[in-house]
Order: sequence, then structure tokens, then C-alpha cells
Amino acid sequence: MSGNMNLTLKIWRQKNDKETGKLVTYPVKDISPDMSFLEMFDVLNEELITKGEEPIAFDHDCREGICGMCSMFINGRPHGPKRGVTTCQLHMRSFKNGDTIVVEPWRAAAFPVIKDLTVDRSAFDRIIAKGGFISVNTGNAQEANNIPIPKSDADASFEAAACIGCGACVATCKNSSAMLFVSAKISQLALLPQGRVEATTRVKSMVAQMDEEGFGNCTNTGACEIECPKGISLESIARMNREYFVANIKS
Amino acid sequence: MKLDSKIPEGALEQKWEKYKSSVALVNPSNKRSLEVIVVGSGLAGASAASSLAEMGYKVKVFCFQDSARRAHSIAAQGGINAAKNYQNDGDSTYRLFYDTIKGGDYRAREANVYRLAAVSTNIIDQCVAMGVPLAREYGGMLSNRSFGGTQVQRTFYAAGQTGQQLLLGAYSGLLRQVGLGTVEMFARHEMMDVVNIEGKCRGIIARDLISGKLERHFGHAVLLCSGGYGNVFYLSTNAMGSNVTAAWKANKKGAFFGNPCFTQIHPTCIPVSGDHQSKLTLMSESLRNDGRIWVPKKEGDTRKANEIPEEERDYYLERRYPAFGNLVPRDVASRAAKERCDAGFGVGNSKMAVYLDYKAAIDRYGKTQAKKLNITNPTAEQLRVFGKQVVEEKYGNLFAMYEQITGENPYEVPMRIYPAVHYTMGGLWVDYNLMTTVPGLYALGEANFSDHGANRLGASALMQGLADGYFVIPYTIGAYLSKEIATKAISTDHEAFVNAEKDAQGIIDKLFAIKGTKSVDHFHKRLGKIMWDKCGMARSEKGLKEAISEIRTLREEFWKDVRVPGSANDFNPELEKAGRVADFIELGELMCMDALNRTESCGGHFREESQTEEGEALRKDEEFAYVAAWENKGNHTYELHKEELKFEAIKIAARSYK
Repeated sequence: MSGNMNLTLKIWRQKNDKETGKLVTYPVKDISPDMSFLEMFDVLNEELITKGEEPIAFDHDCREGICGMCSMFINGRPHGPKRGVTTCQLHMRSFKNGDTIVVEPWRAAAFPVIKDLTVDRSAFDRIIAKGGFISVNTGNAQEANNIPIPKSDADASFEAAACIGCGACVATCKNSSAMLFVSAKISQLALLPQGRVEATTRVKSMVAQMDEEGFGNCTNTGACEIECPKGISLESIARMNREYFVANIKS
Repeated sequence: MKLDSKIPEGALEQKWEKYKSSVALVNPSNKRSLEVIVVGSGLAGASAASSLAEMGYKVKVFCFQDSARRAHSIAAQGGINAAKNYQNDGDSTYRLFYDTIKGGDYRAREANVYRLAAVSTNIIDQCVAMGVPLAREYGGMLSNRSFGGTQVQRTFYAAGQTGQQLLLGAYSGLLRQVGLGTVEMFARHEMMDVVNIEGKCRGIIARDLISGKLERHFGHAVLLCSGGYGNVFYLSTNAMGSNVTAAWKANKKGAFFGNPCFTQIHPTCIPVSGDHQSKLTLMSESLRNDGRIWVPKKEGDTRKANEIPEEERDYYLERRYPAFGNLVPRDVASRAAKERCDAGFGVGNSKMAVYLDYKAAIDRYGKTQAKKLNITNPTAEQLRVFGKQVVEEKYGNLFAMYEQITGENPYEVPMRIYPAVHYTMGGLWVDYNLMTTVPGLYALGEANFSDHGANRLGASALMQGLADGYFVIPYTIGAYLSKEIATKAISTDHEAFVNAEKDAQGIIDKLFAIKGTKSVDHFHKRLGKIMWDKCGMARSEKGLKEAISEIRTLREEFWKDVRVPGSANDFNPELEKAGRVADFIELGELMCMDALNRTESCGGHFREESQTEEGEALRKDEEFAYVAAWENKGNHTYELHKEELKFEAIKIAARSYK
């Protein structure tokens, strides 16, 4: 593993959602620039286990930037300093020998801390359950090519559908708003003819659930767009607002 | 016990149609009182759960991740096959069936594979109706691309994120049912055991990963949709949490394990960079369409790639397989890379890599592009710029991913690649109904052994997961549940539940009591090394025997010296890993036993003793045209049962790619 980077990590430790947490300092040595940020955590955890201490709990799974499970707030930015990547895709060559790196969990009232850097993002699932779908049962479907869809619409829908539900948009927003996440799903379905049928009820019930979960409002700072590892654009928020406006006029 | 695959009578093309019209049904009011447990929320699990809930069953879904949307189906890049014949290029159900049987090297069951091919078209219809944004042409119709092992264009895709889009589609269907109250979702829960009562599967023991509490859940039937076991090799393209525990516990409770040694090694992965490596990243197979694979002709050559002149490069795939060249199937390409590296011709710091070079493609595309632009005397620099533009259009996201991980620019220096474990064709043995050898216990998707034989073709995994969940299990589960309508929900105070929970608690207590000196990862890495060296791309009697004895020693050491920190009544990822690695160690031994038993080479399984004079895989159809189904007899002993494979529609032939 021989590497030549020595770093100081300040990591948020919190036993559970009831106790208060604090930043704890850990020096790490001989880190290779080829390691991913999470592999550096593996090295640190291995050390802690050897010393008889409790390793740091953090969420991660696919480690290739698609599952959306990893969620570290690194030096004040979700998924760290690089744009367009998740924490698992961040490599240590993005840091310098001697750096101090502060690592915190996602911070939002709607994402309570479970332990250390792990948070509960089930609020996202509850929003999707309120309308982030097209109501078509298995077996209902017609022949797939019966509805031609303009390529530009299909592509725009796909771009919105690229959201991985990681929550970086919420974590970076000063209002802890989930508008980028919710609008990405609304956009994906609103852009397709199949999704138009339920467009009105969808936007109203998803927005209502979003508010109930305690996410804040959007004040157009645009931080979410900058930090989104999948490049979901602010346009989707504008689209959601239009959908919401029309839905309310209709009723 | 004799294995009964329950293949319906009749001509191959009519089996499934006839089955569907004659299988027993459950009336709607009875469905409301029948409970089904689904373990895993990937393509197979999510599609099965939502379909069954729509039909009226009461469904509970369990996944270890924080949301059903994280299941590892999400990482599939390439696409999903379906015999739509939209390209008018001669595709049909029969051709998809034929390609799948041949690609699997004649080790899959004809009837299942035909059904898979037949329902493949319904999957596309369903997904499009659900709002999955598959790629389209300018005319608004769905787009197709070609993929390895076939001569037609039948692969549907959504850029390089097909798995993500299909999974999020299935997830949306699942969450819709959660919203309607027909599915109860248990995220961050791990299945610890299955519960059998009077010979039938009646529920599971699950651990709430946040509180650490063990829970008992009853079901009239249990569906394991828990994915593959590639992480037995420690390094693989699987997610960190992917594990065999659900399937392995089922094996211990009577479900036979089919063809455990059939694993797929994918040729185009980014090589290991050091001991810290935690997982391997796959780069789409499509890169082999334009890239040329080579190593230096000189053994141990330490020059940089760009300093090695053309005549000193060995394009070994083009040399060995002139007809298919760089496009030979996955298993052939993987073994050829290993052969060169083992012989001392590998490249990079580790010497365990080969070059995938785009220089020729950049030159070629540069020239065509210059012609298109009517530039008569392009400079070399212009050609390079044009060529790079074309390559970037086609493969830009993959090149960017490579640069992100390795820090090298693949437009300037050749990429380094090496094979990595990707998919497991083996899994729980199931009959035509997808039921294991335990009544009421089913296995779907990668967790079962069924449709890919000894080697899976690209873009077929997504197809199988969704076929099982959307279009097979909703019918076949009726054959069993129609006989269970009189069975009242069994109290979880039943002694079988109590005992299963005690057993699960016993394992947890035992792990904490060891208080050893080495981390779980330490043992997992050692297991991975044994498996990769001796039960990986090439296997031999000597190596496998050594592996079995080494794994036994490792197992003993694990149970004496593993250190699990923290407590059981808490969120404790180290404890989760410990339980999973304990199961991987046992499975590893069985995989080696299975590989040892199968003294032929077929698909992803290559026995060094069984090869032609040219070093190609040699199948032994008369001896080994069977599914090896292993019964767990306790105390690390296993009994082999054989399901003979009959090929009636297809004539068995040798695969040749020369």
C-alpha cells in the first residue's frame, strides 16, 4: 500500500441519534494517491480495529458512483472538492500531503444521524412512494413502440432520471431543500407521454410529502446543481414549479 | 432425494403457454390472506414484490441497504436483451434462446431458457410503460445496439446506465405498492436464516441493522432475490455489501446449491493498484469494439508503452484468434490475458495487466473524419484531434472514468486492463417454477443457478432478473399457494421460529466471544486470494485440493482469531461483515469441491487438464451435461445430486472462435 501522503482527519463521531457528537482528530500515514477516499477510511478503520477502538461507521456500497449510498461532507462540500463525482470516486490525489480534512455527515433535519457519518435518508423513499411512479401494473403495458417519443424529450427525461438519490443537494443547501431531488423525478415523468396522465396528482402529493418531511424551501442559490454528482440541472426545479402551478390552477 | 425439474410436457415452444393456461389460480379473496416474503430489492426482488402485491398478496420486502433503490442491479452498464426484432435483422425468440444456450456452453436447461427468451419482449413493454427512459432514435422509436456473442442487434439500453434506469423503474413500482400499503418495506434489515416448519419454508429471521434486534417474520412463501456471490473473491465488480448469506443459510436448511463453480470473469476491468484496493471497476465491454489488446513481445519489458515500437508488440488475441480477434467471448479473452501475464509479459507496476490501445482507432477515425470534412492534406496533429473527437463521442464517459480512477489520460497512453470477477452463474438450484428443493422457498435472478449455464452473455442478466420477477413468479407461485389457502398465518411464537432466532443469536454471540486479533477484512482478503489463485480463471486438480485444505485452515483460524468490535445491539457494520465472510468461507470450499468434481472445461470454468492442443477449453458432454446440485449434509459435508440436461431442440456443438 506504500504511499507517501500523511494527513490529519477530523471526523464526526456520534454514537446514535440521541447523543451529541463531536469532531475527533485522527492522523493517517502512508496514504497512496491512488486510493479512493473510502479506501483511506478502510485503512483508518483497520488501524482502529487493531487498536481495539470502534471503527467509523459510514455508508457505502457500489463504490463506482451509481448506487448513491456514500454520503460524506468533506471540507464543507458533499462528496468533496471535485465536481461530478461521488465520495467513492474521489481519489486521494485530489489532496496534498499534509492536508487537514474535515469529514462530517449530511446535515439536515430530515436526515437524522444514525451513527458517525451514517444518516437516515428514508424521507426520500416516502416522497417517491407518494407519486414518483407511473401507475401501470405488470401486464398492463402496450407494445413499447406504439408511442413514439421525440428523442429530445426522451434524452431530457433520461438526464433527469440520472439522479442517484444520494442527498448531496439537501446536504449542501442552506435551507436543506429537497427540491432538486423531487423535481428530477417529476421532470423525468412529466417529459414522457406515459407520465402526463398522473402529472397533476403526482406533483401535488410529492410536494406535500416533501414539506411534511421537514425539507426547506428553495431560494435559488443553485448550490445543489453545483454539488450534484450527476449534473441534475436547476431547470428541473423550474419545471416542477410550473407543474405545481398548473396543478393548483386545475384544482 | 431425486431432483425433479418439473419441466412441463409438450413441444418446447408450447410449454410455457400451456403451463400458463393450466396452472392453478388463487382467487382474489384468498390472495389477501396469503403472505409472501421477498429478500432483496434488486431487479428480481423489486419486480416480483410489486407484481405479487398488485395481484393482491400481502408482501414484505427486506434489503440490507438504506433504500431499495441501492441494490447492485443499479450498476449494470451495458443493456438488456429482448427478441423484439425491431431492427428487422432476423431476430426471434428461437434465436435468443439459441444464442443463450450456446453462450452458456450447453449447460443450461432448454425449457427455462426458451421461456426467458419468450417473455423478454414483455419486459421492454412493461419498462417503457413505467417511464424507463430507454434510448431512442430520431423517429421516436426505441434504439438497439449489438453486444458480444450475437449477430443481431437486440440490446436495449439507456446510455451506460441501463441497470440504473431499469432498477429505478422497478423500484418506483415497488414504492407505489408501499404507498398503497400492500408492501411493507424493511430497509437496513439482513436475513439471518430461513424458518422451515413441517418441511415447508414459512418465514425468516431478520436483523434490524440499526437497533441490532432480531425479528421473526412469517410468510406462506419466501422468495430469495439476493443476488450473486462474486465477493467470495474479495475483489470483484460487486458492491461491497453483496453477499451470499441468504442463499447460504437456505442451503444449510435444505436448498441445494447449483453449479457453484460457474463464475464469470470479465476481461475489461481496471487493474488492481495496490493492497488497499477494495473493489474493481468494470469498463464496458464495448471498448473492445475499437481497442486493440497487446503486451510487449519481450518478457519483463520495462519500457513505457509509447516507447515500444510497433514490431515489438504482441497483439495476442489477433494472433491466436484471427477470425474474432479482440472480440472473442469474455471467458476466452480473460484467460488469454492471464496466460500472457503468468508467462511474464504483463505490464504496469504490478505486471498483472495488459494494454488496451486506442491509438489505431484514433488514427483511423481521424482519417475518416478528415475525409468527411473534405480536408485533403491533414497534418498529423489535425488527424489526432479529429480522431480523439470521434473516440470521445463514442466512449467519452468510459475514458473519463478511467482517468478518474488511474490518473492517466487514455487518449495519450494505452489503458491498462485485467480480468475481474463479475457475475456468478451458479446459485440455488430451482425447478421450472423457480422453487428450490425446499417447498415454498424460491430463488430468483442471479441468486438462482438457472438460465445462463456455464457463461452468461452480455445484457442477459437484467433480462433474467426482470423475467423472473415480472413474468414468471406471478404465475408459478400460484401452483404452490393455491394449495396453501387453508393455511392460517403461523404464529412467530412457534418453536421453529424460536429455535431459528436462537441459532442466529448464537452465531452473533460466538463472533463477539472470540475477541481475536485480526479484522474481518484480513480473513476476507486471504480467502479472496486463495479463490482467485486456485479457483479463478484456470483451475487444476492440484490447485483445487490445496485450496480446499487452505480454506479449511482459514475457517478454523477465523473462528479462533477474528475480532468483531462494538456491540450486537447497535449499528455495527463490522458484525454484518463478519457474518457474511463466515458464510463466504464455507461457500468457497464448496466452490472448489464443485470445480474439482467437474473435470471438463466449459464456459467460465476452465480445468487445465481439459484443453485442446491449442490451449482451448475442452468440454466433455457425455460425462458432464448435468447440473451439479449440492446438498448440505451439515458439518461441512456435501452430497452431489445431478440433474441431467437434455438437449432436444438444439444440437450440442463445440464453440469455436478461431
